[in-house]
Amino acid sequence: MSAQTVDQIFVLIKAWLMGHVPIAFQPIASAILSVAPVLVVFPLLFAITTVLERKGLGRMQNRYGPNRVGPYGFLQPMADGIKSLTKEDIIPRSADAVVHFLAPLLLVLASFLAYAVLPIGRNMVITDLNAGVLFFFAIGSMVELAVFMAGWSSRSKYSLLGAMRAVAQMISYEIPLVLSAIVVIMATGTLSTVAIVDKQAVYTHGVAHWFLFTPWGFVGFILFMIAATAESNRSPFDLPEGESEIIAGYYIEYSGFKFALFFLGEYLGMFATSGLAITLFLGGWSAPVSFLTWIPSYIWFFLKLLVFIFVFIWVRGTFPRLRMDQLMGLAWKFMLPMTLLNVFDVGIWHLMPHGILRWIVCTAVLILPAMLLSRTLNRKQKLQTRTYRYAD
Amino acid sequence: MTVTFLILAALTIIGASAAMGLRNLIHCVLALTLGFVGLAMLYLELGAQFVGFTQILVYVGAVAILSVFAIMMTRSAGPHAEPALSASWIIGLVVAGATFAVLAWAILSSGITAPATEAPDVSVKQIGDALMHSYAVPLEIMGLLLTAALIGAVIIAMPQEKTP
Repeated sequence: MSAQTVDQIFVLIKAWLMGHVPIAFQPIASAILSVAPVLVVFPLLFAITTVLERKGLGRMQNRYGPNRVGPYGFLQPMADGIKSLTKEDIIPRSADAVVHFLAPLLLVLASFLAYAVLPIGRNMVITDLNAGVLFFFAIGSMVELAVFMAGWSSRSKYSLLGAMRAVAQMISYEIPLVLSAIVVIMATGTLSTVAIVDKQAVYTHGVAHWFLFTPWGFVGFILFMIAATAESNRSPFDLPEGESEIIAGYYIEYSGFKFALFFLGEYLGMFATSGLAITLFLGGWSAPVSFLTWIPSYIWFFLKLLVFIFVFIWVRGTFPRLRMDQLMGLAWKFMLPMTLLNVFDVGIWHLMPHGILRWIVCTAVLILPAMLLSRTLNRKQKLQTRTYRYAD
Repeated sequence: MTVTFLILAALTIIGASAAMGLRNLIHCVLALTLGFVGLAMLYLELGAQFVGFTQILVYVGAVAILSVFAIMMTRSAGPHAEPALSASWIIGLVVAGATFAVLAWAILSSGITAPATEAPDVSVKQIGDALMHSYAVPLEIMGLLLTAALIGAVIIAMPQEKTP
């Protein structure tokens, strides 16, 4: 089997299966065959991630993590799944039953829809939309509505507090998220994810043209990952679901399978934004150096995704949680100016001639303001009760 | 009048009517969001990808959240016990009927038929070019409007100055 066949094995399997389907059912069968692998693989990855996270966090905190179920505890997700399916589904009496039921469904729906535009491998994307990146962000904004629905419908003080904090955090970080993705769109001139990956899969001197290897791409990548961590309410931005403060925030009143669905939705969102970061900045399914292109494209994508998952777990086990005002200050006072500077920077990069001067100028435009801005944020703050001039 | 159009139109109309008719205000906002999603899917059915996705991003992701925050911040108690029909419902019916008659007459007498040629496949690049060249002035005016809104938000949240 040549490297080309192994790389395109799933495309070839799908084409062979489509040959057996009658003409009338071709569109629906094609859609099902494209979507079913995503519905199988990513929840499986979610299950593996839960156990990796618990073991990883345990090791970072100098303890074992789960080690009872299966060899070294790696069958723990099966036990968790059986537990969440067999627990009683409690709905509080004063809760809004319809909205309470729909909130986790909307969350999981939005999280799954986002995978429709991620190219997992060469020629392996569910749909190549002309406005693919815009579709991704539009679907991501539906998650906030689901979070609010969950918090409001539970009619509990902690839920509502957690929901308001979560929504405020998510809409604040949505702006740096989109702005840091805009630099890639400016550099490539297209919103289609397949075209963005194709522009990065070319090699000069054996090194790929990933946008991570440019100054604006590197800063954009870091800002995108910080915003993605905040968007999926992941530590150190997990005040809305702060386990030690407001117990579980907006999903306190959920039990059993709906709780598991919230976790599924959150982790799927994490994988989807990591997948978009891989697509925009790390060249999607392409290899970093040209002599490693014999490794199949989907293997590269999942390797990069696993590195991202590891970094997420590592960051969770390392940093303390950010307080709400620190979190908002970071979004509006640091990340928003940095992303706007980054947009300016990619313009400079595009218009300057090739050479070492371009690198020096673009890096300087980004590093100096970053140092100045972080100095502003580290000033001592006097925290007192806020009184408003016009809103009292 | 394809089946998809009928389904999406029914979805939008049901969402909008539920937004008017439901008792609980948050349920009304969620039904209105359903109407927005129906409109976005109608745009997508007509082939306007950029407008459809922007509709979801702006309306569902921002306007709906704004509405629920406003309701949440300004509600005093639970839903009030009001009768289902207001006292002057006959006048309301007459006014609504008159508006509908005027709109229907305007649309039916405008002479728009199905277009003779296929709709062009507009890419996002062409929309961007049009915004920057032909429609640059409306873009700047909208920027001014949004700046005014931003300044208004900052003024409302301005902390009290320490009086000496």
